[in-house]
Amino acid sequence: MAIVDLANPTRFLRFANATIPWLGGVAVIAFAFAVNQALLAPDDYQQGAAVKIMFIHVPSAWLGMLGWGVMTIAALGTLVWRHPLADVTAKAAATIGAAFTFLCLVTGSLWGRPMWGTYWVWDARLTSVLVLFLLYLGVIALWRAVEDPSRAARAAAILTLVGAIDLPIIKFSVEWWNTLHQGASVFRLGGPSIDPSILTPLLVMTAAFTLLFATLLIAAMRNEILRRRVRALLLMQASAAS
Amino acid sequence: MEGVNHLGFIIAAYAAAVAVIGGLTAWVLLDYRAQRHHLLELESKGVTRRSAARSGMMMEEVKEEA
Repeated sequence: MAIVDLANPTRFLRFANATIPWLGGVAVIAFAFAVNQALLAPDDYQQGAAVKIMFIHVPSAWLGMLGWGVMTIAALGTLVWRHPLADVTAKAAATIGAAFTFLCLVTGSLWGRPMWGTYWVWDARLTSVLVLFLLYLGVIALWRAVEDPSRAARAAAILTLVGAIDLPIIKFSVEWWNTLHQGASVFRLGGPSIDPSILTPLLVMTAAFTLLFATLLIAAMRNEILRRRVRALLLMQASAAS
Repeated sequence: MEGVNHLGFIIAAYAAAVAVIGGLTAWVLLDYRAQRHHLLELESKGVTRRSAARSGMMMEEVKEEA
């Protein structure tokens, strides 16, 4: 099946029903392996055992940004092609992305207290991630505030495109400003600066989180398609009754 | 001793991850069940996509369904 065929909601539902159990199963196995790797990882020479928080914090940060990236592509699909499945994707990704961004902020604070001596500092990286979380809440509020799904999708798409400016700010904040948050240590010129004994579990956990994200996104998209079918049938029922 | 001092923060971080991931998974599963329930309820009342086509009201659904 070509990817373009999935743009039909009925075909997407068939794809989702077939994919979710397998993808979910692979995600669970990946998590079991990743947690085992994380438990076996040695303590960092500076951070001690607190480095284990990084195994959750870094994947959460990645998925928080990935979620907005997915929404940005979907926003283009909404505004340029007016494709309803793009609306569905954007709406489904918003809640999931918000949840992972929230987890990133919470785990970052829990790591910051023993390492920096504070739960929070108004540093450029932390603040730009907080802005991303607030943007997610704004988009979710927009979806809930506008009754008509296609009007809500256009409004949310515009906010999403404007908010996409925050993604490069988050990525490069540690280079553009003098931040307490450390610089890039995985995706950087010259390769990762992390020891393989810690980098491997980190990458395995990131893969497990990404598989979970994909499973949840497809499942949430399926729910949204069904919700729109229910809405359409209720409208039909109301118009038939009047 | 340093590692033990950080144990509370590590447990709190992993507990937060379990809560967020568990909450997300529960939200998706419960929402799926609710939407399936609504659809079956409407179908049992005779409101179906097929009946929509017969009554000439398919256009609205086609606009809304996806």
